[in-house]
Amino acid sequence: MEKIVLPDIPNLHDIDAYLSNGGFKAYKKAVTQSPDDIIDQVKKSGLRGRGGAAFSAGLKWSFMPKGNDKPKYLCVNGDESEPGSFKDRQIFEYNPFQLIEGILITCYAIGAKTAYIYIRGEYHKWVNLMQKAVDTAYARGFAGEKMKETFGGEFFCDIFIHKGAGAYICGEESSLMNSIEGKRPYPRVKPPFPAQNGLWGNPTTINNVETITNVPAIINKGWEWFAAIGEPKHPGTILFGVSGHVNKPGVYELPSGTLLTDIIYKYAGGVPGDKKIKCVIPGGSSMPPLRGDQLEGVKMDAESLRAAGSAIGTGGIMVMDEDTDLVKVLARITKFYYHESCGQCTPCREGTGWMLKLLNRILRGEGSTKDVELLISVANNIEGNTVCALGEAAAWPVKFMVTRFRDEFEARVKSGISIDVRNKVHSMRKTVNPIAPLTLN
Amino acid sequence: MEFKFTEENIQKVEAVLKKYPEKKAAVMPVLYLAQDQNGYISGEVMKEVAFLCEMPEADVLGVVTFYTMYHKKPMGKYHIQVCTNVSCMLRGAYDIYGKVKDKLGIDNGGVTPDHQFSLEEVECMGSCGTAPMIAVNEDYFENLDVPSTLKILESLK
Repeated sequence: MEKIVLPDIPNLHDIDAYLSNGGFKAYKKAVTQSPDDIIDQVKKSGLRGRGGAAFSAGLKWSFMPKGNDKPKYLCVNGDESEPGSFKDRQIFEYNPFQLIEGILITCYAIGAKTAYIYIRGEYHKWVNLMQKAVDTAYARGFAGEKMKETFGGEFFCDIFIHKGAGAYICGEESSLMNSIEGKRPYPRVKPPFPAQNGLWGNPTTINNVETITNVPAIINKGWEWFAAIGEPKHPGTILFGVSGHVNKPGVYELPSGTLLTDIIYKYAGGVPGDKKIKCVIPGGSSMPPLRGDQLEGVKMDAESLRAAGSAIGTGGIMVMDEDTDLVKVLARITKFYYHESCGQCTPCREGTGWMLKLLNRILRGEGSTKDVELLISVANNIEGNTVCALGEAAAWPVKFMVTRFRDEFEARVKSGISIDVRNKVHSMRKTVNPIAPLTLN
Repeated sequence: MEFKFTEENIQKVEAVLKKYPEKKAAVMPVLYLAQDQNGYISGEVMKEVAFLCEMPEADVLGVVTFYTMYHKKPMGKYHIQVCTNVSCMLRGAYDIYGKVKDKLGIDNGGVTPDHQFSLEEVECMGSCGTAPMIAVNEDYFENLDVPSTLKILESLK
């Protein structure tokens, strides 16, 4: 099987190794064609975003307005903060020049003169590696004004790296743009979409690192070749990051549509101690978890996973064996979203806190049967009521974990506690005459 | 105490400002430079950054307080960050976190009295495939267990 994003070529992070393996050939080929042709090819290739939403990359590019009356920008999203996903760092480390070449082709196609690579702040090492690659590209004439000498023609573009500072929300495209602009990075209300009103009010396209890294291969080998890999509706290879209870965790580049069970057992070496799988989150912590008995025959692409009741997300597969305490897992996931909620929208800011309180109460053994319903109710009131998708990201795991593993949660709560009375007691404790703590039955 | 960038850092600030069409956009990299020089972001630092980036001090404060990686107080010489998110948790991160807390005698956000160590429980650092992990200042240490973590701590002097 051929690998596109992380090929098995040694020292590919070295520009000479990259050049001797056909580096920048795709860009040379691209500039002999019109930008519209490039967009058309990427559209036909069926390349879909690898950052979570799986939106058609070519279609996204085609939203960019034509003409040069305003500067245009490309943002490359390497914020990668979703728990369970750790694929972009592999690209920064092992194949940075293919990313740079992808950026050049994308900038040419959408008419952008400036590209910002947004890398999360914790990735100091990978920021430095990527900066080194960008500096090399500038020195060798593969970026900046020197591109005119290297490739001929009039087109050139600048590539800058913007380092984040530890905020998950900056992976959301409009929040990412606010972060680059130096504002407090609250997500923006859409519409207007970034293609109309992005960085500093100018047309902007935001793509994931992995998406962009696929582009040179599509131009080189043709869209027909790319469209024939994996599942026709979501073609190409995907970087699957497998973590949790598996023998060989790591990033595996496999064609889309690979069976989830194959990834876990064939590639990631199965579960330690041959234990049974209780739960798998197939696309990073915000995606609906699947029960162990739901995994058979599930293919890893956007459409198949949707049919199976989950979503592809970032392809971060988290495996949990039969001894895992799912209440604890869900409490930890919810703690993450509670911590990372930016605080702009009330349902998300307050709801994540409430869900965490409820889960902690269940963990302490003080939960009532009503708490299980209340969790789902709070999740339902967050979902769809927020500016950005963090609301859904926080609500989905709670909603689906509780529904799909109801017995786990019900075994931890007691029917004897009435939530209404407890609340009354709580409020009365704050009065001048506090009453004795309520004993549980 | 007034804060001014060193001559060397002023040149770095100038270079950073060139990356963006507006000065305000450079606030994050300039804050990083300031933190490197000063150790943490104080009120004086924010004043100077606001002046250089031509933006109100309140906006700088808004940026500083939003992110977790700008420190609002002096941290230890070794800033220990333990990831306890799901992938790490499944592989024993809470055992490690508990032992690190015991060993250093401080809780989340704490600094040891000698300012050698500070501790932070962090969210996913992107090391899920090499979990569990800790980060010391800017360096990742991956595929850990309790003994190897303690060994790392002991090697930090």
